[in-house]
Amino acid sequence: MTALVSARGVSKSFAGVEVLRDVDLDLAAGEVHALLGENGAGKSTFARIVAGVHRPTSGTIALGGAPVDIASPVIAQSLGITLIHQEPISFPDLSVAENLVLGRSAGGPLARVPWAAMTRDARRLMDVLGVRIDVTRPMRGLSIADQQMVEIARALASDARLIIMDEPTASLTPNEVATLFTIARRLRDEGRAIVFISHRLEEVRDLCDRVTIFRDGARVETAAIGALSDAEIIRRMIGRPHQDYMHKTGVAIGGVALKITGLTRRGAFADISFDVRHGEIVGMGGLVGAGRTDVARAIFGVEPADSGTIEIDGKPATIREPSDAIALGLAFVPEDRAVAGIFRSLSVEANITAAVPGKIAPRGFIRRAVEKTLAADAVKRLRIRLASVRQPIGELSGGNQQKAILARWLMTDPSVLILDEPTRGIDIGVKAEFYDMIGDLAAQGRAILLISSELPELLALCDRVLVMSEGRLTADIPRSEATQERIMSAAVPASAGAAA
Amino acid sequence: MTDASLPAPGVQNAAPARPRWQVLLVRPETGTLLLLVGAIIVAANLSPFFSDLRFILESSTYYMEFGLVALVLTLVIISGEIDLSPAAMMALSACVFASLFQAGLPIGLAMVAGVATGAALGAFNGFLVVVLQLPSIIATIGTLTLFRGLSQVLAGDRSISGFPAWFMGIDWRTVGIVPYPVIGFTLAALALAVLLGMTVWGRQIYQIGVSEIAARHAGVRVRRIKFGLFVAMGVTSALAGLLTASRLASVRYDMATGGELQMVLMVMLGGTYIFGGRGGVLGTFLAAWLLVIIATGMNVANIVVTSQLVVMGLLLIGSIIATNAIYARTQR
Amino acid sequence: MIGALLARREVGLIVMIALVALVVGLIEPRFLTAETLRIVTLAIPLILVAAMGQMMVILARHVDLSIGAILGFAAIVAGMIFRDMPQLPTIVGVLAAIACGAVLGLANGLVVTTFNLPSIIVTLGTLSLYRGLVFLVSGSRQVDPQFIPRGLISMSQTSPIFGIPWIVLIAFAIALATWAFLGYTRTGRQIYAIGSNPVAAPLRSIRVTPVTLFVFTLSGALAGVAGVMYAARFGYVNPGITGVGFEFIVIAAVVVGGVSINGGVGSVLGVTLGVIFLGMVNVALPILGVSAFWQSAIYGAVILLALVVDRTVRIRGAAALTLSRGTA
Repeated sequence: MTALVSARGVSKSFAGVEVLRDVDLDLAAGEVHALLGENGAGKSTFARIVAGVHRPTSGTIALGGAPVDIASPVIAQSLGITLIHQEPISFPDLSVAENLVLGRSAGGPLARVPWAAMTRDARRLMDVLGVRIDVTRPMRGLSIADQQMVEIARALASDARLIIMDEPTASLTPNEVATLFTIARRLRDEGRAIVFISHRLEEVRDLCDRVTIFRDGARVETAAIGALSDAEIIRRMIGRPHQDYMHKTGVAIGGVALKITGLTRRGAFADISFDVRHGEIVGMGGLVGAGRTDVARAIFGVEPADSGTIEIDGKPATIREPSDAIALGLAFVPEDRAVAGIFRSLSVEANITAAVPGKIAPRGFIRRAVEKTLAADAVKRLRIRLASVRQPIGELSGGNQQKAILARWLMTDPSVLILDEPTRGIDIGVKAEFYDMIGDLAAQGRAILLISSELPELLALCDRVLVMSEGRLTADIPRSEATQERIMSAAVPASAGAAA
Repeated sequence: MTDASLPAPGVQNAAPARPRWQVLLVRPETGTLLLLVGAIIVAANLSPFFSDLRFILESSTYYMEFGLVALVLTLVIISGEIDLSPAAMMALSACVFASLFQAGLPIGLAMVAGVATGAALGAFNGFLVVVLQLPSIIATIGTLTLFRGLSQVLAGDRSISGFPAWFMGIDWRTVGIVPYPVIGFTLAALALAVLLGMTVWGRQIYQIGVSEIAARHAGVRVRRIKFGLFVAMGVTSALAGLLTASRLASVRYDMATGGELQMVLMVMLGGTYIFGGRGGVLGTFLAAWLLVIIATGMNVANIVVTSQLVVMGLLLIGSIIATNAIYARTQR
Repeated sequence: MIGALLARREVGLIVMIALVALVVGLIEPRFLTAETLRIVTLAIPLILVAAMGQMMVILARHVDLSIGAILGFAAIVAGMIFRDMPQLPTIVGVLAAIACGAVLGLANGLVVTTFNLPSIIVTLGTLSLYRGLVFLVSGSRQVDPQFIPRGLISMSQTSPIFGIPWIVLIAFAIALATWAFLGYTRTGRQIYAIGSNPVAAPLRSIRVTPVTLFVFTLSGALAGVAGVMYAARFGYVNPGITGVGFEFIVIAAVVVGGVSINGGVGSVLGVTLGVIFLGMVNVALPILGVSAFWQSAIYGAVILLALVVDRTVRIRGAAALTLSRGTA
């Protein structure tokens, strides 16, 4: 087992904040090596350094014994290192064949493009992978799984020695995951080095030979996958014995706050019906792309459904845009706070009060004193860490930004709160704070719809777990019967036997 | 524009806040102010006329018309859109007004019709951008061509005049030494500055510019606000067109040709960020006066009007380079 | 499937052209004569040449609003050389014009790439700057017809090849060369790639800045060629008229021809058909008795219509693709 890539003392800081500290790591040919860790643990950053996306603040990387300076992704590729992104990058308007070739052809600026040969080679690569994609079609519209295959084919075509896969299974059906793993194993057997970044333990056990666990920017341990039990791995990932969150008991469940009947939107979801009661925390599980966020966005009016009804506290509601929903007492914490949540360059104050213009400006003119008080109050209650409430929200850490968004919505005093992956990208300590807050909100009589891809989270918090698959509701599981297996089996597409 | 691969800093550390004075002073408007002061000094050295405030005020009326529209254009650009058709809207509204007047309609009604035309044109822009979701930059290039063309169809090569005495020469009417248009411009600037800086709608315009998606999710009525801004552009353009008609005492289809450049220049020179989310009315106000000084200075120094095109072009490019540099550095 | 849609665009244009010919021909049989064909083919060389350049700029996700001013500058430089230095062979003036166009285009590209600014605003500024330079350089004086070399003018009238004027042949030759370049050379494909995903381009070893500079320079040079053609076709150059408003016709032709304003999508055939379509509309107007004043309005309406059609097609196409994706 020869070390293909050796990292020694690799550290990385971004704008004075240290995210990687003194990492020593060997990646060997002929094995699948997993990088495990919580969000923000540093595993992705390390991988990106190896792939040339970032340069280390200090430390060295050696390839086959010789030190190299991987200054850019292009240089990494020339060294035989390829990174397969979670969301693959491509040129959507160009054909699959062209995407495979781009950047790898020799010749000067006016070199002739060998279309026929290109198409032939592309078809051959696809056959080698066992993937059925029409190489003459544009990349636009290909499924994530297919796009990943194209990236892998690219790596093969340039005879990559080290292939890094960054959370590749997030958007894949189990069938597609199986295909991916078969290919990864074959690549490993050909003598390449594969790095598999994930936080899903089961997949790591299935595919990988060795595992390195990251925590808080440092490498904690490297071991053969069989040498550690799940509990031991988790303990190394989170730094303390795994403590189950205590679900709140004794919360009175009231009347139906939100009732959805037959909600349908072409191409996204069909015939969704469920209800959420006051005081209840209803979870929504399912794979990425199952349509959960689409349903939430439809309820909240961001992209209304084609048909179906919504009732709030028994009264039918017409929701055509978010302001309608807010007026009816709904709140929605979106999944991607960077895109749909924060106003990055505006102050924390302005961000927190964004949804309640009526409170801070009853007659149109903003009352600064009122705004200041409301914001300061929110900061204290949610324990948001910041330098000044007037600083741009973009300067806050991810967890504090998320708290600010939650504060924004709590300020509307909602009776129904929809949370979409609220703890994504948040440190484990802050996560616990969030779980407490969610529990408190339910205890106050609000109805909570919690969309989450983290099964432990759903199991810990929810009174009931709905499951969506391919745009349909496939299960409504009460707490007493909820297990990871039950949720997963309902989340997996019914057509799991058919090819993607 | 944000680098998604950059992890946020750890829980404990939020980046320290910038000192208050820095936030207040290190911004593009300061640059505009400095340029304005500099221009006045240079101009005063160039010619004794410049020490006479009355001279400056008298020479400014041409720019006040554009300046009025530029004030509203500032809001449009802050919201993340742009409108290149206002000069053509000025012309078309004025042509409608003049044609109706010439056809016998009482001038008061004709004026109302002109403003209504402006509103309709603005609404058309709004429809294309907000409802059909066309990119505003190319859509307003299309409407700029269309509107200018319709002005041509309506007025042909004619120069329509014959307006009553009370209508004409608004640029000569003054309060003390201050011409009416200057008063109008200043009042409008004040009103819009208050709107932008102190009301909730102003704040929402910034929010839309920073992140339209986030604004929508937060319940801001994005479509309504944007549509309203485009209609406001139309109405303001029509008013500016009427002002021009009053000043020139005639209306032609080619009124305000090239005006869109000067309006965009005023907004850019005032330090508003082309990508939206930042900037303000104060900057545009100062920039309008800066243009007045520069243009008048060039006239006095006998620089041919056509050469002023060169200067305008250079100023526009220079101002976006400078503004971009300032905002890009402080962007987080 | 997108392939089918794109082909539909060219097919759609051919249908539109045929329709216009039919409708106008029915109303006014004068339209369907060889003379009309001649006028139409003469109307397009300038636009076609400039459209090839603008097409490449737009494919790379930029825009050049200053090509009208570049055309004017190149034309006036050529004109002044013809007038003030008649002893020099005509080719000198022609080459000088093209060189000037290239330099002005390069300047556009440099500002855009060096400071990372939106090309639409930069070229709005250079549109004014270059037009001002036209006046400055020419002293606001026109170059009268007697100074334009006869040989140049004859190029817009005839040639040994079936009597088709040289400028028409040259324009189509340039279109052909552009087709070969965009479809079959490395740089040509890189232009599409840059427009399709500018962020990913550097990751695929595409040197974005040199390619972008090249595209702007070429666009300027082609505008310079169009400037020379202007002198050949109209026989004079006037700083206040030559090239004014030209950019809008060219952009209209490019957008109608199916080039996406976001870049990455578009074909030479489509743009050529777009130019022919607009040229036909242009000629049809006076024949139908519609006053020339309608021209601008129609260009504007055409641009808007093409944008709306593009948008609808793209939304429907995306929806169809989403539906067909099924799982995940």
